[in-house]
Amino acid sequence: MSAKDRILAKLRGSLVGTTPVADDYDAGLLTEPWRYAADDRIARLRSMLEAVHGETQLTTQADWPQRALEALAARNIGELLVSPDTAHGQQLAAHVAASAAGLRLKAYDQPVEAWKEELFFRTPASLTGTLGGIAATGSLVLWPTPQEPRLMSLVPPLHIALLKASEVRDNLYELMHAQHWASGMPTNALLVSGPSKTADIQQTLAYGAHGPKELLVLILEDA
Amino acid sequence: MNAMTDVPAVPIAFKRNAREALADPQLRRNFRGAMDFLMDKRRVQFPDGDELERLRAFGNRVRARALSKLPELLERLDANLSRNGVKVHWAETVEEANAIVHRIVEQHAAKKVIKGKSMVSEEMEMNHYLGERGVDCLESDMGEFIVQLREEKPSHIIMPAIHLNVGQVASLFHDKLEVDYTEDVDRLIQIGRETLRRNFFEADIGVSGVNFAVAETGTLLLVENEGNGRMSTTVPPVHIAVTGIEKVVENLRDVIPLLSLLTRSATGQAITTYVNMISGPRKADELDGPQEVHLVLLDNGRSQAFADGELRQTLNCIRCGACMNHCPVYTRIGGHAYGTVYPGPIGKIVTPHMLGLDTTRDLPTASSMCGACGEVCPVKIPIPALLRRLREEAVRAPEAVPHHMRGQGSKYSKKEAMLWKAWRKLNTSPALYRAFSFAGTRLSALMPSNIGPWTEHRSAPKPAARSLHELAREHLGED
Repeated sequence: MSAKDRILAKLRGSLVGTTPVADDYDAGLLTEPWRYAADDRIARLRSMLEAVHGETQLTTQADWPQRALEALAARNIGELLVSPDTAHGQQLAAHVAASAAGLRLKAYDQPVEAWKEELFFRTPASLTGTLGGIAATGSLVLWPTPQEPRLMSLVPPLHIALLKASEVRDNLYELMHAQHWASGMPTNALLVSGPSKTADIQQTLAYGAHGPKELLVLILEDA
Repeated sequence: MNAMTDVPAVPIAFKRNAREALADPQLRRNFRGAMDFLMDKRRVQFPDGDELERLRAFGNRVRARALSKLPELLERLDANLSRNGVKVHWAETVEEANAIVHRIVEQHAAKKVIKGKSMVSEEMEMNHYLGERGVDCLESDMGEFIVQLREEKPSHIIMPAIHLNVGQVASLFHDKLEVDYTEDVDRLIQIGRETLRRNFFEADIGVSGVNFAVAETGTLLLVENEGNGRMSTTVPPVHIAVTGIEKVVENLRDVIPLLSLLTRSATGQAITTYVNMISGPRKADELDGPQEVHLVLLDNGRSQAFADGELRQTLNCIRCGACMNHCPVYTRIGGHAYGTVYPGPIGKIVTPHMLGLDTTRDLPTASSMCGACGEVCPVKIPIPALLRRLREEAVRAPEAVPHHMRGQGSKYSKKEAMLWKAWRKLNTSPALYRAFSFAGTRLSALMPSNIGPWTEHRSAPKPAARSLHELAREHLGED
């Protein structure tokens, strides 16, 4: 008998004569206290994100590339990790080409092993899309893809995330339900709520522990 | 520097450890401040008492449901993870679990392991086990990193370095990392970040724990704030997750109430910075993530707790730490005094199953039974009732009933059992009771002034000249 068989046999033996507890899932408790009027939804998301040092800006589909450029310029960052294979990556590239910004766009186009050193030490900022947001907790939903791999939203000190206002849901339950998470999860799914932080030294909150030191969320109001 | 370093960190030395901790004013200040902070943070997160109570009941039902079909859910988890490409291993003991991890390490000729925070790996003493075999294990959670630099164990399951203040961390970094002394917490965290950053991509293997394992989708869910958990599970080519067999939940949606209860109860956060859901290794077209993901499912005494309907509730635990944050005993003696991986109230009810009631026999009695732990527990584990039950099991007469628990009856004393038997007889027989109280009051001068532990800190009780019954009869004129 394997360890698995032995453990399962013990557990089964302990359950003899018992009946499984019924599933009386109370979705109302996870949704009703966390509902927001359409006008308040984005405000809630912003206030929750800003309470944990996330920066948010309201912008539009047409204007966000300029906002991103301004944010990078304000921080003296001359290089941005962004996918050339996404619609937003292409829009940004076109905007950069047409402007005099001189921003260098870098693609995550090879396995991480091939460029770890550069990713970890010479990549100051990244820009990715998101799959939506959650108003209740001020969270972004990211499902990393081959175009926008996992480490894009983790390693660079500044992470700029694009969030379509129409894809912000009130709470996690509604989002999971609407996006049919249970029918198939990606290799990695993430909720991101602010920049990296820790309170491990005498309960004193400090930002920029191991992940991004800054998170800038550009909210596209007309998308 | 640390008054407790010469104390063996074993639960059998609990009383001595506790005495020493109580005499350490620095330690007590650090814990008092930290616990007040965490209790406050939690309170703010639950402004609506009704919502809190309904959510606790919900969390309890979700956990109870998972446990009520645990074997089936574990098999589903195994099948779904395997389908997703995750290799699932089962271990009955920590020795087996360590051997599994070591085998994976050897297969990859790995020399360096980076770890996210994992209490099960502490339970396994994985760092020590791998260290003895020439493999470096580096902790990457800031608190764990600090504790590892001090060659200590975590003193809290959520905030490992909670027993230290900023000055102690500043001195530590100055001594061990050869940096300028600074008490600027932002600077100290940046020092930690810089020190650990290179290690994330030099490591051959990343190790993490698991907060919830979802049977339905084959998903491992991890919560954290720092990003070290994501680093440890994403950057190294191999990821090994270690977890207890009780961490499984049935459906993906079941994590929603538990996640809310966990982060709000633990650190008073609506949500942690990262919720990391891992369902498989890197796919062919993906550019990062580990090429191999392993899950080690560890029993280590959990099936013993599971065997008893009442004690099974111990396994509801979602490891939030709220019970210790609200415990008057933990607050005063800190986490190290328990000498166990899991300190505080939850440690007192879970550790006897892992180590046996013989070496942990003093833990269930280290409680004032104030009930705070049970009141704050987000999944409604009746901790005080379980403490009382373990006290009973510890003094159970040899084989009066078949012993299912390791170390059961280890506190049994024939003399004590006989005294209680006599006490019962005395109080159920009126004639005997009258004779006893008559003798007690008339012979009060014979009362010894030294009656063992009672008189260590108190004066001996002095029986009155006449018993209450006699006084009452006299008062009513019934003499």
